[in-house]
Amino acid sequence: MPAAADPLEALREEALISLSDARDDASVELWRNHWLGRSDGRLTILLRSIKDQPADQRAAFGAGANVLKVTLETALEEKLESLRQAALARLGTEGALDVTLPGRPQLRGRLHPVTQTMRDCLDAFAQMGFRVFEGPEVEWSKYNFDAARIPEDHPARDMWDTIWIDTAAGDPREILLRTHTTPNQIRVMERTPEPPVRVVVPGKCYRHEATDATHEWMLTQIEGLAVDEGVRMSDLKGTLYQFAQTMFGRDRKIIFHHSYFPFVEPGIEMAIDCFICRGNDSKCHTCHGTGWIEILGAGMVHPEIIECHGYDSSRVTGFAFGIGVERVALLRWGIDDIRHFYSNDLRFLRQF
Amino acid sequence: MKLLLSWLKEFVDVDIPPPELKRRLLDATAEVESVDYIGGDWDPNLVRVGHVLAVEPHPNADRLRLATIDAGDSPQTVVCGAPNLAVGQKIAFATAGATLFDGHTGETAVLKKNKIRGVESAGMVLSERELGLSENHDGILVLPDDAPVGRPLVEQIGDVIFDITTWANRADLLGIQGLAREVAALTSRPLREPDRGFTQSGPAIESLLSVTIEDPILCPRFTAAVIEDVAIGPSPAWMQERLARHGMRAINNVVDITNYVMLETGHPLHAFDYDLVRGKQLIVRNAHAGERITTLDGIERELAPYMGLVCDADGPSSIAGVMGGSVSEISPSTRTILLEVANWHPGAIRRTSTHLHLRSEASSRFEKGIGPGVAMAAQQRALHLFEQLTGGRIATGIIDVYPGQQPARTVIIPEGRIEQVLGIEIPAAEVRRILTDLGFVVHHLPPNRFSVQPPPWRPDVQISDDLVEEVGRIYGYDKLPITFLRGALPQPEPNPFEHMRERLRDAAAGLGFQEVITYSLTDPQSLAPFVAPGDSRRAQPLAVTNPVASQHRILRTSLRASVLSTFAANRRHEDGPLRLFEIGFEYLPTEADLPHERPILAAVLGGARTDRWGRPTNERVDFYDARGVAEALFDAIGVRASFTASEEHGLLPGHTAGVTVDGDPVGVVARIHPASADVFDVQEPVFLVELDLEALVPGLPARPDYSPPSRFPEVRQDIAVVVAAGTPASRVLDLVRSHRVKGLSLAAAIFDDYRGQGIPEGQKSLAISLRYQASDRTLSDGEVARVQDALLKRLERELGATLRSA
Repeated sequence: MPAAADPLEALREEALISLSDARDDASVELWRNHWLGRSDGRLTILLRSIKDQPADQRAAFGAGANVLKVTLETALEEKLESLRQAALARLGTEGALDVTLPGRPQLRGRLHPVTQTMRDCLDAFAQMGFRVFEGPEVEWSKYNFDAARIPEDHPARDMWDTIWIDTAAGDPREILLRTHTTPNQIRVMERTPEPPVRVVVPGKCYRHEATDATHEWMLTQIEGLAVDEGVRMSDLKGTLYQFAQTMFGRDRKIIFHHSYFPFVEPGIEMAIDCFICRGNDSKCHTCHGTGWIEILGAGMVHPEIIECHGYDSSRVTGFAFGIGVERVALLRWGIDDIRHFYSNDLRFLRQF
Repeated sequence: MKLLLSWLKEFVDVDIPPPELKRRLLDATAEVESVDYIGGDWDPNLVRVGHVLAVEPHPNADRLRLATIDAGDSPQTVVCGAPNLAVGQKIAFATAGATLFDGHTGETAVLKKNKIRGVESAGMVLSERELGLSENHDGILVLPDDAPVGRPLVEQIGDVIFDITTWANRADLLGIQGLAREVAALTSRPLREPDRGFTQSGPAIESLLSVTIEDPILCPRFTAAVIEDVAIGPSPAWMQERLARHGMRAINNVVDITNYVMLETGHPLHAFDYDLVRGKQLIVRNAHAGERITTLDGIERELAPYMGLVCDADGPSSIAGVMGGSVSEISPSTRTILLEVANWHPGAIRRTSTHLHLRSEASSRFEKGIGPGVAMAAQQRALHLFEQLTGGRIATGIIDVYPGQQPARTVIIPEGRIEQVLGIEIPAAEVRRILTDLGFVVHHLPPNRFSVQPPPWRPDVQISDDLVEEVGRIYGYDKLPITFLRGALPQPEPNPFEHMRERLRDAAAGLGFQEVITYSLTDPQSLAPFVAPGDSRRAQPLAVTNPVASQHRILRTSLRASVLSTFAANRRHEDGPLRLFEIGFEYLPTEADLPHERPILAAVLGGARTDRWGRPTNERVDFYDARGVAEALFDAIGVRASFTASEEHGLLPGHTAGVTVDGDPVGVVARIHPASADVFDVQEPVFLVELDLEALVPGLPARPDYSPPSRFPEVRQDIAVVVAAGTPASRVLDLVRSHRVKGLSLAAAIFDDYRGQGIPEGQKSLAISLRYQASDRTLSDGEVARVQDALLKRLERELGATLRSA
């Protein structure tokens, strides 16, 4: 028996030693063909020779040869696995990248800062149930002014320097570029036979103004309007308070100053506390040392405007506000010149 | 409007510091633009009133003199160069150590004792410039003779000036009294009235003058008085100083009194030289067409029929409520004054001053609306000052023609209205207190109604909510609670257009396009390259009557010029790929209506592709990049579009695709014609993707065309077919995609377009990858082969396409 077992043992040792010498997948493949090749692998030949063994040894030889086959196959799997592991390890060392090199550039674009700010504002009001309505930029004078209680020959018209559209001679129509989104108060109520009304109206407006760091002749406004039984000025305060906190931070405070707009009564301007200097810098560029930043005009919709749409102003009240979107964008991002917005220099636009 | 604290204090006690007063006015009354402290930096111990005791020549200099000054302690000698220094004057005197304004450096400096030409100077006699009052350095500031020697100068001439911007409906705030009334209400202090007393010792007014109003709408009230034996001369220093601080030049005592009373009461007045009023009568009427008058500023003006005039027997003497005429101007030889205090229709005044381009202190008050009831108080106040300051004799009686007199108005605040509007209940006593302090006559009708008579100076208060505002602003909006809207939400309304537009906006940015927003107004030169002359709507844009600049004088009928010029401007500092888009309106003129504002997405792209490092390569962006962008945008909104060769003005033929959805045109993808690009100094190939957003809305899918992914493997086949070179690839692809076999879906994509060796002249080979898929089974090779055979037969029959042999 011992004499017969020896050749298998010698074979095993030879095979394992030669496997351990293999350094890569190719030499392992050679080794497999040499030992386990289907036609002429040495172990395959050995297994085929079982039938040639003397009958009394055949069983033992067969068992030993099969054990050897399993041993070599297991060793082969282990060898392959260790080569895989080694290769992976090398990927992390010899193959390590300089991850600090820049990435392959991808095309990228951004929304205009005014669009971004507009969306954030509209989102803030959407949360309070205001839906969006849009109206024309080129507007009848009677909507822009007369319906908003700004008659011709009234000095209130000075508040809105107007760009007029040239209509054909003899044409009685007076058309202008809307100076504010206020005419949409009327347009919305015209199409809403019964309150409630709760809308925001975004859009471009135009003023006949010289441009400087704080004035543009084209500007973007959001008009807000809520009309229903039981709408109070304190609700206006709550609505604008929530807006201010959404846009300028949870710790914002707001204040109402008396103001005058012919289409509201009472009229106010809203300021927020200066989030730059917090009222501590008498030379603050943002609040000019006052501690407060004027943000928007607002008020309770004038009863005559409520009435002209068939609503009963003794029951139905409303508030309205007008927000300058560029102003909000200037403030939230600390931009010092409004003219950047429509000069459309990508070096500016890409920063937002 | 300037508000001097010293003047304000004549009418109301002010015991709050100026910053607090500013805050309260801002909260409740008007905008306070600035607060200017005059003398705030003058040390009371070092800058005082001095008395010039003696003036002697300087021993070593001709232009300098030595002055002996008593400023309350021992007399001191100073060197002074001012030509107007004289013995006996009261002057502003600074002792060494005082901080003064240095006119040479523009900064403040501390005054030191020093020797000037060998004589030591103990201090300085000051000009307005060293005090920071003005740029005036011609001579020293001379104070009134009654100024007490040694008094701190800040007490003598210091003041606080509030610069206030008021509202278009509050003429009353353009007078110190009106502002004082606000302060009184805000601080619960009593309001004092000015002295309006005078004696009437002249002849009866009726014997001197008659007044006729022809147009009572134009002139609801006209009051007139006559003052005889007036000695024209300078007005007193205190009056001149107040006028100066309001930016008004002192002229003479008569004109100064009218200006002073206007600033005090807010009501304009006009003084005529009575002897130059022809016929001793005044007629108020509208101008005749073409009538002319020379106004006080020396300009001859042509009048229009809607303008109001005050005329004498021979013609116009003054433009009503706007400016007097030189025919009856006060002069040094004037002896008798006719004083007009009249009320004018606000709209008429505004129309007149606007059309004459003549805004005056008077017109800017009248146009805001002054109640006719205010006139007499202003008249009386002026007569008081005339008697005191001109030595004149006042005729007996005041003419008061008052066709516009109205019974006192009553406005009711209904039960609960204040709370209904403001959201806070204000105690009835507080409501009454506030309105009474503001001059309203208030009757409380318990439990919670009020009957209120507005005072004559508040014609702006018409309805109950006007009173609610009065109560609310004085009570303080800071006391309003913060509450939130209650009640039902309005019906939701789906807005597919807005939803689509915002999706496209996001998709464009995601595809690497930077959003821009350009001006809606442009000029014809910019529009021309993209607007066909025959395109009647686009070629005749709406024009603006008063453009802010010549390059912004028409409403754009195309966005192409806007985005292309933005591309060009950015090209100056950007190399490599450049992608911009805008969503904005084309303003298309419409007969007898507002223009159609058509929403457009316009995107431009151009430039070189970049390498791995982002550096430009030799390969440029091309038409198919633009088309790919369009396809991606359509994909973002779930719309399937078709592209066909097309031509448009300004776009390069052969490189232009019209885009349709369900057969309706929705846009264009094209290379911009090099000649058009050249107009904008763009020399590189630039491509345009333009979508008409309104036209896209009908094609929006109600919901996505959904089918579940198959569990069975798909079969992939690549084929190449040879067709005539002129056959559009889309026809081949459309045919393949339209090939329907029951239970089997067929997806196809083109992956090559080859012409040249191996393909006959005039033909091309299109390589197509096909994917066969069934939802319920694994396809057999035979089944796929049968389908493909049928497909190839159709291609041959319908398009003459043959399978390319290997």
